Amino acid sequence: MSKPESNNHIAVKAEKLTRRFGDFTAVNSIDLQVQKGEIFGFLGANGAGKTTAIRMLCGLLRPSEGEAWIEGLPVSKSAEKIKRRIGYMSQKFSLYNDLKVWENLEFYGGIYGLSKSEIESASDIMLARLQLAEYRNTMTVELPLGFKQRLALGCAIPHNPGIILLDEPTSGVDPIARRKFWDLIYELAESGTTIFVTTHYMDEAEYCSRVSIMVHGKIVALDTPRELKKQQKVTTMQDVFLKLVES
Amino acid sequence: MKRTLAIARKEVFHILRDPRSLMVSVLMPLMMLLLFGYAIDMELRDLPIAILDQDRTPLSREFISHMTSSEFFIKNADLASRDQIEAGFRRSEYRAAIIIPKGFDEKVTRGEESPVQVLVDGADATTAQTVDNYISQVVILLNNRLVENREFQATLLDPRIRFFFNPQLRSADFVVPGLVAVIMMMICALLTSIAVAREKETGTLEQILTTPVLARNVMIGKVMPYMLISAFDAALVLIVGYFVFKVPMAGSWLVLAGYSTMYLLIALSFGLLISSVSKTQQVAMMMALLATLLPTLLLSGFIFSVDSMPLWLQVVCHANPAFYYLKILRGIMLSGHAWYPLEGGIMLGMAIFLMTLAVARFRDRLE
Ligand SMILES: Nc1ncnc2c1ncn2[C@@H]1O[C@H](COP(=O)(O)OP(=O)(O)OP(=O)(O)O)[C@@H](O)[C@H]1O
Ligand SMILES: [Mg+2]
Repeated sequence: MSKPESNNHIAVKAEKLTRRFGDFTAVNSIDLQVQKGEIFGFLGANGAGKTTAIRMLCGLLRPSEGEAWIEGLPVSKSAEKIKRRIGYMSQKFSLYNDLKVWENLEFYGGIYGLSKSEIESASDIMLARLQLAEYRNTMTVELPLGFKQRLALGCAIPHNPGIILLDEPTSGVDPIARRKFWDLIYELAESGTTIFVTTHYMDEAEYCSRVSIMVHGKIVALDTPRELKKQQKVTTMQDVFLKLVES
Repeated sequence: MKRTLAIARKEVFHILRDPRSLMVSVLMPLMMLLLFGYAIDMELRDLPIAILDQDRTPLSREFISHMTSSEFFIKNADLASRDQIEAGFRRSEYRAAIIIPKGFDEKVTRGEESPVQVLVDGADATTAQTVDNYISQVVILLNNRLVENREFQATLLDPRIRFFFNPQLRSADFVVPGLVAVIMMMICALLTSIAVAREKETGTLEQILTTPVLARNVMIGKVMPYMLISAFDAALVLIVGYFVFKVPMAGSWLVLAGYSTMYLLIALSFGLLISSVSKTQQVAMMMALLATLLPTLLLSGFIFSVDSMPLWLQVVCHANPAFYYLKILRGIMLSGHAWYPLEGGIMLGMAIFLMTLAVARFRDRLE
């Protein structure tokens, strides 16, 4: 076993991280390191194993082999501590549709252990940041998808985590809603938060500091978008992705 | 605590914003009570009885052998005097006592009416009814034979039945407490069975599991609002039983509330346990229904008397919370006893055990 490194500039790390479902290997021995403050794009086609990998990083799934570390803490042993340091937004929309917008924020604040007054002041600021202030009392089910996604982000981070893991946070919405969401991501990254984000959209990949590309459970490339384009001798991430996935 | 309350509060919103489910959870127990309360019919076999034969004649022995050769009764005690009768009832050695007075044979032979006294623990109306019916049959049988042989016209035997704790032998008195136990177990288990499974289906559980919330926060938080609903349900059912079926209330409502709370907690925790091990709401509801309905109906002493079951089934019954609750419920309502340290203790233990198990079985991962 390799020892967890004390490198305190590494936010997320995985070594030989593997997950099998029966005979099927969904994630096949992936290695990666995400620096603090990075926006790390985790790309891959449908079924490549992105969700499975991100769930292992959060401690939601136990790896079949290998280990992941969050801020140097091994996920398998310190699941509870890790939960206080990360914010996770799952791919499936998972807020309560029968709660109002601010009730969702209030609930997540509550289960993160914030006090009533903390929740009150924080959720007002959060609503403003998410541009949802006027929807405060709207039933969540009535929000358009793009707004729901912003709310889900807000609900994942009431405890101001240092690391945020987002699983396809912008799937299924129009370019304007995606733009708005990415503005939020940038804002968070600027304040020093590490972002780990999976996506299908190659234009979003261009915004990332570094990206990895996953094919059939394996990471086949990991570098800055600029470097990857140079290696593959193409001009867009779209072409990088197609070349790597098709080969 | 803050986390537990956050969960409880959210659960209250779910309940209040789904008025149909709320209606169902209030109206269903009421309808079940009314429906079954009027419809249920019962029978039993191998009932232990005691016999006090003060006559000791061929006719009294014939009467006894008619009684005990049936599949309904087995003789468990031969009594020497009247004074012994009550003690045996209290120790549950038998459920009915038959007294054949001195001069029974003589009177019958002379063609006079001859009273046979039957004492029954009336808190148990099934027993009472069975004994009543069967004795009437034996009496008719004997009368017919005597009349045939001796050409008498009159009714010779006249059984006088007196009931200890249920003098009017109201069968609702027996049925309603049983129904309360069945209905509350089922409704409570159903209420909570979907509580976790629903969040698995909608995916919100995945989100919750990445927060530092603990299994016990989730479980206790979820039980709290349902405790209120089920307490309301229980009160409704008991009060309807009291007013509609005229079940007596010999004991105190407060004592009843105390023991009922324990029983509800058992049922709610059981529902949560089912919820945390099943993947979908539908599976959870089916499991809750199957696991509660038949056992509380059949293995609690409600429809079938536990005493008349084979030993291994009796052991199973003693693991059934409804068995204890029913005993307490009937005791409080019909005879007014308030103190059930053994049954109460066992129920409290079960509540704690099931809640702990539900917390332990709640996965903090997604597999
Ligand atoms: N619990 C599970 N049991 C069995 N197979 C699973 C399970 N979860 C995921 N898989 C399989 O593992 C593979 C990877 O799934 P995963 O959800 O990680 O992919 P993904 O990259 O997130 O895809 P998408 O872009 O569609 O979200 C898929 O083939 C999926 O069917
Ligand atoms: Mg996915």
